[in-house]
Amino acid sequence: MVVVSYIVYLIASICFIFGIKKLASPKTARQGNQLAAVGMLLAIIVTLLDKRVMSFEWIIAGIIIGSVIGAVFALKVKMTGMPQMVGLLNGFGGGASVLVALSEYERIYFGNQQFEIYTLITIVLSILVGSVTFTGSLVAFGKLQELITGKVIKYPFQHPLNALLILGVLVLGVIVVINPINIQIILVITAVSLILGILLVLPIGGADMPVAISLLNSYSGIAASMTGFVLSNNMLIIAGALVGASGIILTIIMCKGMNRSLMNVVLGGWESAGSGGSSSSVVSPKGQVKSIDAEELAMLLDSVSSVIIVPGYGMAVAQAQHAVRDLMNVLEKKGVKVRFAIHPVAGRMPGHMNVLLAEAQVEYDKLVAMEDINDDFPNTDVVIIIGANDVVNPAARNNPNSPIYGMPILNVDYAKTVIINKRSLNVGYAGIDNELFFYPNALMYFGDAKEAITKLVNELKSSN
Amino acid sequence: MEGLTLLMQIYVFVLAIFVGFELITKVPPTLHTPLMSGSNAISGITIVGALLSAGVEDMSISTVLGFIAIIFAMINVVGGFLVTDRMLKMFKKK
Repeated sequence: MVVVSYIVYLIASICFIFGIKKLASPKTARQGNQLAAVGMLLAIIVTLLDKRVMSFEWIIAGIIIGSVIGAVFALKVKMTGMPQMVGLLNGFGGGASVLVALSEYERIYFGNQQFEIYTLITIVLSILVGSVTFTGSLVAFGKLQELITGKVIKYPFQHPLNALLILGVLVLGVIVVINPINIQIILVITAVSLILGILLVLPIGGADMPVAISLLNSYSGIAASMTGFVLSNNMLIIAGALVGASGIILTIIMCKGMNRSLMNVVLGGWESAGSGGSSSSVVSPKGQVKSIDAEELAMLLDSVSSVIIVPGYGMAVAQAQHAVRDLMNVLEKKGVKVRFAIHPVAGRMPGHMNVLLAEAQVEYDKLVAMEDINDDFPNTDVVIIIGANDVVNPAARNNPNSPIYGMPILNVDYAKTVIINKRSLNVGYAGIDNELFFYPNALMYFGDAKEAITKLVNELKSSN
Repeated sequence: MEGLTLLMQIYVFVLAIFVGFELITKVPPTLHTPLMSGSNAISGITIVGALLSAGVEDMSISTVLGFIAIIFAMINVVGGFLVTDRMLKMFKKK
């Protein structure tokens, strides 16, 4: 029986690997996800047949409760709420790892069995990583759901305090390994790790969330791997390592998208960022901005042949993706070539804009990544920016003193005309002015994204 | 012997990370959100550990912890796979 279960675990591992492999193309991605789900089902079934599993009441109750809650979450969540959803689910994964590690410790402790050194090490690591994932993800969820302010939160002695806590956990971990029969210390390690998760994510600002979410995703994988070490189960180690690698790669991509080091993001925000309240930018020394209304904009768009739309977090907040799709349709009907330029860190999680536009039934081949579209801006008649700011700020290219200098941006300013839809002239996440607004080829189209775009679509329709 | 087991597990861990890197660098940016939620669901594999903890016969603290762990892991697994499926259904080409 043991042999059979190990073979099934191997099959499940292969399902996970091929499942992720199939995620490489939108055509096979859905199948890939289903394959991974089949792997999970196999793993669960074969575990239930394990001879160590003897009482089923609790298990069945737990499976039903968890499945119902998970299904409700998954079916109710709006696409705009996807980042916090992923954050929350992540947290539950981390939480499960801590609980399994604690349970395993208790089992050995109360069973008066011998503690193996390496089991203890992996239990401690499992508790540490799992707890940080758990509370860290909950804080990330709170920030994205706006239960907690999305701004950069600084607290006194932030870095020394966190360093001290990490060091503390490690020292306590060593004590436990030397003297395992000490349940209080295990509980203290758990408590400190839980606090650490909160403290580590609290300083990370809203627009840095793509990095935080990716990193927590990676942690949840590593936590699963640690659980695998605790239980000596290779399938858990493999599955966890795959997820850990995935999270790390996305984290690196997100950091590159902002031209910042991981440390810089994790330690909390641009130096000048967010909380500084630099909203004094409404009147800028750089001159006047020009604005345009829906009617004029419709007229302008009547005589163009190519348009690139640049969506940002503002589009998600205003839930404007359907209106944007209508805009695309009405323009295409006039024979205009419409594409979307997607900056890697647009939105609050990797691929956020793509999911929103997919929901609005924009075909995915119209969404073009930054590297592939940046050279096309000079040949483009009109760029329409909807709720994006820092990712189109030319200061990243030409102002070495700017905090975002060096960050790769969409070169929208090279287009013939740039329309910026925004509610006001307020600064973006980086807390800096956007000189683009004052460029001669820039026109501001003020208003809430959804209302403004809908109005524009109506103007375009009526001008036919 | 235990040390050797640990070493073999570290082998598996390291090799799996390489496999992960190879696979995931091929995922296009447009699928990054489903990749996250899907891989997230896979990390719910801790359910296996949770089942083993909750399944021991005598009722103990271990069982209670295992029970809560099952709930957490199942939320992660079911929520993750379903929400990923919901998203991937929407990705269409002309």
